[in-house]
Amino acid sequence: MSDTPRAGARVPKLRTWHWPELLFIAPFLILYVTFLLFPMAWGFWMSFNYYDLFAGFSEYIGLENYQQLFSDQIYRRAVINTFLFVAITVPPLVVLGLLIALVLNRQTWWSAVLRTLFFGSTVLSVTIVTLIWRGVYLPQKGLLDNFLNAVGIGGIGILQDPNLALIGIAITTVWWGIGLPMVLFLAALQQVPGEIYEAAKLDNASPWQTLWSITIPSIWRTVVLVIIIQIIAHFQVFGQINLMTGGGPNNSTRSMVQFIYESGFRQWTAGFASAAAQVLFVIMVIAAGLQFWASRRKQEF
Amino acid sequence: MAAVGKSVGMPLGERLALIAVILLAVLWLLPLMWVTAVSLKNNTELVVNPGAVFTAPYTIQNYIDLTKTSALGTWFRNSLIVSLSHTVLVLIVSCLAGYGFARIEFPGRNAVFIFSLVGLAIPGQAIIVPLHSFFNAFDMHNTYAALIIPGIATPFGIFLMTAYFRAIPAEIEEAARLDNASRFKIFWTIALPLAVPAMATLGIFTFLGTWNDYLWPLISATRPEMYTLTVGLAATQTNIDQSEGLGYLMAQSVFAGLPMLILYIFFQKYVVRAVAGAAIR
Repeated sequence: MSDTPRAGARVPKLRTWHWPELLFIAPFLILYVTFLLFPMAWGFWMSFNYYDLFAGFSEYIGLENYQQLFSDQIYRRAVINTFLFVAITVPPLVVLGLLIALVLNRQTWWSAVLRTLFFGSTVLSVTIVTLIWRGVYLPQKGLLDNFLNAVGIGGIGILQDPNLALIGIAITTVWWGIGLPMVLFLAALQQVPGEIYEAAKLDNASPWQTLWSITIPSIWRTVVLVIIIQIIAHFQVFGQINLMTGGGPNNSTRSMVQFIYESGFRQWTAGFASAAAQVLFVIMVIAAGLQFWASRRKQEF
Repeated sequence: MAAVGKSVGMPLGERLALIAVILLAVLWLLPLMWVTAVSLKNNTELVVNPGAVFTAPYTIQNYIDLTKTSALGTWFRNSLIVSLSHTVLVLIVSCLAGYGFARIEFPGRNAVFIFSLVGLAIPGQAIIVPLHSFFNAFDMHNTYAALIIPGIATPFGIFLMTAYFRAIPAEIEEAARLDNASRFKIFWTIALPLAVPAMATLGIFTFLGTWNDYLWPLISATRPEMYTLTVGLAATQTNIDQSEGLGYLMAQSVFAGLPMLILYIFFQKYVVRAVAGAAIR
């Protein structure tokens, strides 16, 4: 097959293009450069400058923002918290998402209802989700502490405990985000040809064997993709943290994006915040590269 | 396997998995039920006896108070204006450019297309500081324009629409082209109607994302009358720990979340397809 299969079939005259036709892509290109590429480049430049946003004063200071950033204890903590958050959020999202998809991959009314339920929380905004869960987590008054009191463990005030707060936010995040991995797995499961299962049945394979030797290998590409998508998404965690704990207690939940937000819009140190944003950008580019690689690897098995 | 005697329907492993998922479903539902119950409780009763959430008496007083005192209506309207305008603009820009990249064979097309996709790697959070300064320079914060404009040129939209227009056979357009119809007329009357499914995906995904966006409106809209629903709700929950009005707060979350949930239940198929399609891209 050649790259231009229809080339010969066309009337040559139709191949011409006219300048006014570039108006199709002009609006996009103008907005793209102005509101995405230019801010990106400006942010890069900002990271080498000291900015005083109120006085309108700025000065080139080289790598000082980066030096300050990497020696900042709170920033280090934010980096660790972010990795920790991804590490405790992504595995349950992937494992539970897969479990739910496996069980609900059938044409019954109750599985449709449960699918609706599990995806339903995903359409809520972060503010509503956190409002619900801050209520649930309220010390003594909330659902969780009421339950723990009732079973005799006693209330824990999960968001007030530096050792537990990040776990509390992770639970909320899993509750909020389970819908996406579930539907991605469901879509993948529906692509697996039914004949393979028929064959496995004839061979008297146990469901466990079927799962590990047929189902999981068939959807493996989706598993990898879901893991990468979830890592990218949760690496940028901000809303839940800003709303539920504000980074506290004791910086135990401060994330990298929250660090950018606070240094940029609480302390108004734009250059410093931009340096932190560049670090996030580099990590995201690596992750996006991984995702690209994983999604192009299709027909390889 | 040893379990020969009992072959009642499902094998054991499958039954355990089913029970686990049903338990999960209960866990997923519980916070929603609790919030609804709290929103229907008298606020002073909640302070005195926080454990009595799931027992009567219930009242709709919190919802009545909501309609009288809350600014939710204004914020709701702001969210609607911003999300709808943003979505329509994203669709216009993406469809035009997608068609352009798919059909108009100008020199350097591939290079420009790849250049346009580079932005896929830029996370929104990485550019908020310069973007804020940019709008600040034009004194545009606390306007609808500032809330609507960023993100209109979305590389994802271009990627999606270009792929879709490319998949439509060019032969469909050739009769019209031989009739000397203008490109725009062909786009408008022939290509665009065929692209409605892709537009639905992009539109729903964009609307959902804008409606639920928190970071940009938090930074840009600092005056309460310009808050979107997300930011407004966030502002009301700052003192939840000391709040005497827990029932009132929870009534707000139910009130704000319900429209989206109802829309979702009606258009579930499309919403799921849009969100999943956008994630895989």
